[in-house]
Amino acid sequence: MANTLSNAAGSIQFDADVLVIGGGPAGAWAACSAAGNGARVVLVDKGYCGSSGATAPSGTGVWYVQPEQAKREAAMASREALGGFLADRAWMGRVLDQTYDNINLLAEWGYPFATNDEGKSQRTSLQGPEYMRLMRKRVREAGVKILDHSPALELLVDDEGAVAGAMGVRRQQDESWVVRAKAVVIATGGCAFLSKALGCNVLTGDGYLMAAEAGADFSSMEFSNAYAIAPAFGSVTKTLFYNWATFTDEAGTVIPDAAGRHRSVIAKKLLSEKVYAQIDRADESVQAAMRMAQPNFFLSFDRGGINPFTQRFPVTLRLEGTVRGTGGLRITDQSCATSVPGLYAAGDAATRELICGGFTGGGSHNAAWAMSSGFWAGAAAADRARHLGTRTAKRVVTRAGGVALETRNDRPFDPARVTRAVQDEVLPYDKNYFRTGTVLHHSLRQLDLLWSDIRQADAAAPEDVVKAREAAAMTATARWMFRSALVRTETRGMHKREDYAKLDTAQRHLLTSGGLDEVWVKTRPAPALAVQEVAA
Amino acid sequence: MIELVSAERCTQCNICVAVCPVNVFDAASDGPPIIARQSDCQTCFMCELYCPVDALFVAHDAEGPAVVNEQVLVETALLGSYREAIGWTPGSRDRRGTDQSFKLTQPH
Repeated sequence: MANTLSNAAGSIQFDADVLVIGGGPAGAWAACSAAGNGARVVLVDKGYCGSSGATAPSGTGVWYVQPEQAKREAAMASREALGGFLADRAWMGRVLDQTYDNINLLAEWGYPFATNDEGKSQRTSLQGPEYMRLMRKRVREAGVKILDHSPALELLVDDEGAVAGAMGVRRQQDESWVVRAKAVVIATGGCAFLSKALGCNVLTGDGYLMAAEAGADFSSMEFSNAYAIAPAFGSVTKTLFYNWATFTDEAGTVIPDAAGRHRSVIAKKLLSEKVYAQIDRADESVQAAMRMAQPNFFLSFDRGGINPFTQRFPVTLRLEGTVRGTGGLRITDQSCATSVPGLYAAGDAATRELICGGFTGGGSHNAAWAMSSGFWAGAAAADRARHLGTRTAKRVVTRAGGVALETRNDRPFDPARVTRAVQDEVLPYDKNYFRTGTVLHHSLRQLDLLWSDIRQADAAAPEDVVKAREAAAMTATARWMFRSALVRTETRGMHKREDYAKLDTAQRHLLTSGGLDEVWVKTRPAPALAVQEVAA
Repeated sequence: MIELVSAERCTQCNICVAVCPVNVFDAASDGPPIIARQSDCQTCFMCELYCPVDALFVAHDAEGPAVVNEQVLVETALLGSYREAIGWTPGSRDRRGTDQSFKLTQPH
């Protein structure tokens, strides 16, 4: 079972107030906020803080709304039905407030917001490369110690079960690291199951697994089947631009009702044949704006010799799982604490049900959530560290990690095989996009077998351990997703049950899930409604 | 996927080794970084953006390797084209801050 951490463990060791795991927007905001509140902070990133994650290579909208009551009201109301009436108005309000402040801070820090024809600064979108380059600079200037290419493998816990740090490897130095901390912020993003959606292959649910091993639970994991449109050969997922597209089948016939906003029609068609798109409804001014809005959208086409406005090209739907879904670690209070003492969650690692309910169609809300939840989690973590003071100096800590880390002397752990087995259950549209009880049962049987198989496998070889933990995290994530999806016998938000095609007003509740060897799901009440629920 | 580290252009600064989020490159002691784990490439194009001398090229195909010809990439101005497009080259700085997304969010 749990191993006490020896003093010799780890090639490099740090003693911090706050450890932030993940260096995307949520982690960067958390680190800045914790440091700004007087904490000594270490930030570890699996890749490179500044390029890692779904935001850095993308362009993203931001839920930035002027603080005027009518505008705020409209912004909140517009998402209520889409999200299946599960969002919480109080949280929407505080995220709108915090996002407004943080975006304006970005402007003060020198982020180059565009201006419109009247010279007014336009702050409803961010260019990922610019944004994250600036955030890295701010994190460094805040005095945060950044460890790049340093994937965390497991959390450390004290004898009362509170999280007390983490350990991992520095994959370019061939050494390990240990950070003892008084509080840890998980900002490792969601889980997109290595689908190659833009920037998402670092997002494999690692933080979920680590947190679950320390006892954390999850919420809204059934809302985990977001798919984005991309060229069949490409990685760039920018569903917005397909609002100007016409979709055709192999023979060139227009597919009725297929649209960027109606991706289920495309998914249905893709089950049996190729689907093509042509962005033929964009006039010259829209085309020019698209190029200025997201240059990387055109890389796939310019380099492939395709003019997407005049030529059709094959498209696919790439799974974005909980990156664009709303499931994640359950948040227990306004500080973004999880159900485990000392552990906070921010960004896509945390549930976004609080502001989105069961649906998020775009980065806009997730970007707002990342900067708001990161800001709060960082501040709360610093606060906890200050309250703990020197009391933690002598505490005995143990390693919380299990699967792929413990020597079982049984079978080798083959990460590639496990990854493929999980992908076989979560990527297909007829298993995950369109769900039925029968198929979910079947998938869960496979995934449960896979889990018990890897639980009994030997510790992964040092060169495989990161990929083995990723594969294990994806397996665990798929089980929380599908177990929750099985319990919700209705269609709500992005969760579509073919065998229960209608919203059931009796199921306006939230699903908590958790567990590793035994996965469990429980219902809990949804927040009070601001508007009348209507069946879809 | 990442297809090219131009030996001619590369100054061996190893910035790409540092910034690649999926750790595709290995630094070499006596030459340009090596594309050591191409199959891990997620086609995010970030390495190109951070290369100060436009020595890198990520081909459009995310699903498998492709053959590229450096000479052709230079002639067709594709090498460094992304960095230029987002305003990260000395000659294209005026493109920073020209994000036109706000024109695309209106219903049409």
